Amino acid sequence: MLYIPGNNPAMLQQGGVYGADSLLLDLEDAVAINQKDAARILVRNILKEMNFYDAEICVRVNHIDTPFGMEDLEEIVPLQPDAIRFPKTETPEELKRLIKIIENIEDKHGLPHDKMTLHVMIETALGVQNVFDIAKLSNRVDAITIGGQDLTADMNISSTKDGSGIDLARKMIVMAAKANKIDAIDTVFVDINDDEGLRKDTEYSKNIGFTGKAVINPRQIDIIHKVYQPTQEEIRKAYKIIKAFKKNKEAGIGVFSVDGKMVDAPVMARAAYVLELAEIDFDSI
Amino acid sequence: MKIIKKAQAGSFESSDILVLVEPLNDNSGRKIEIDSTVMKEYGDSIKALINKYLDLHKIQNIHLIAKDKGALDPTILARVETALKRASQQ
Repeated sequence: MLYIPGNNPAMLQQGGVYGADSLLLDLEDAVAINQKDAARILVRNILKEMNFYDAEICVRVNHIDTPFGMEDLEEIVPLQPDAIRFPKTETPEELKRLIKIIENIEDKHGLPHDKMTLHVMIETALGVQNVFDIAKLSNRVDAITIGGQDLTADMNISSTKDGSGIDLARKMIVMAAKANKIDAIDTVFVDINDDEGLRKDTEYSKNIGFTGKAVINPRQIDIIHKVYQPTQEEIRKAYKIIKAFKKNKEAGIGVFSVDGKMVDAPVMARAAYVLELAEIDFDSI
Repeated sequence: MKIIKKAQAGSFESSDILVLVEPLNDNSGRKIEIDSTVMKEYGDSIKALINKYLDLHKIQNIHLIAKDKGALDPTILARVETALKRASQQ
């Protein structure tokens, strides 16, 4: 997921060509206070006119308790991007308030309540504490993300490359997302010149269960894609498992082995997920 | 929308356009000045786009200066709208 500053026309209009799976058009932290109006109007116009190809489009609005949040929602919700990202979510009550505002705007424009989803950002210790209640509040929430920089500041700790200070928060956010079968998107790796550091951080992120990672520079996209893509070996193994499953299912056998290892439901689910990541159609096997 | 003060929006960055507006006396009409890195190719269409927007919002008695660095139509319109909104607020 590539962050694009909402007041930067060059980056906005080129957003679709960088190859990110998702673009985050940012009206919040990437925009100076005295340019919030300009960014809001620019993003609205760009959303109406530009082609972002296959990328998912998400707009990060300002918090509803700031002077800018309501106007952001009034302009952006009618355009129904794929998702709205809500920053600094701390309690289920404020998320409920946000959803009510969004649904009122949708009603005003005759729009459905089930098309545009919400990405909730956890960026404070209080948000981490409440993340399980936040994640399960509404089926419009289809991703939880962590804002590492703000969380570090909220905790009064120093930001380190290994992210040790926010490790518990990352794991709690992943667990809350997994418990509700939604995506967990990891925070950015801020040193754009440290490719090896980015690769290690992304591997860790994948290993603890995040389903994606935010980036602040298009140069970081390839490394993240390489880490998150299943390897040839993983795909080959998953293919064999699914093929064996189908064959055994026809014979009425529930548990079987592939290459000497037992295959049961969890192994099957993992294999199916690998094939999904590799964009291989389950039914074609 | 009534233009009551000077205002500007946009920047000199590539793909952007800097728009400056100021009110003129009653019955002065519009004074529009465009300067663009693609003046020869798109100068007329930028001016037409801005005039169309001003027509739509019935805006007269305005001096508008636009310094374009290759902005696309959505960006031009966004910067004009922002400058006008800023110029119409107390």
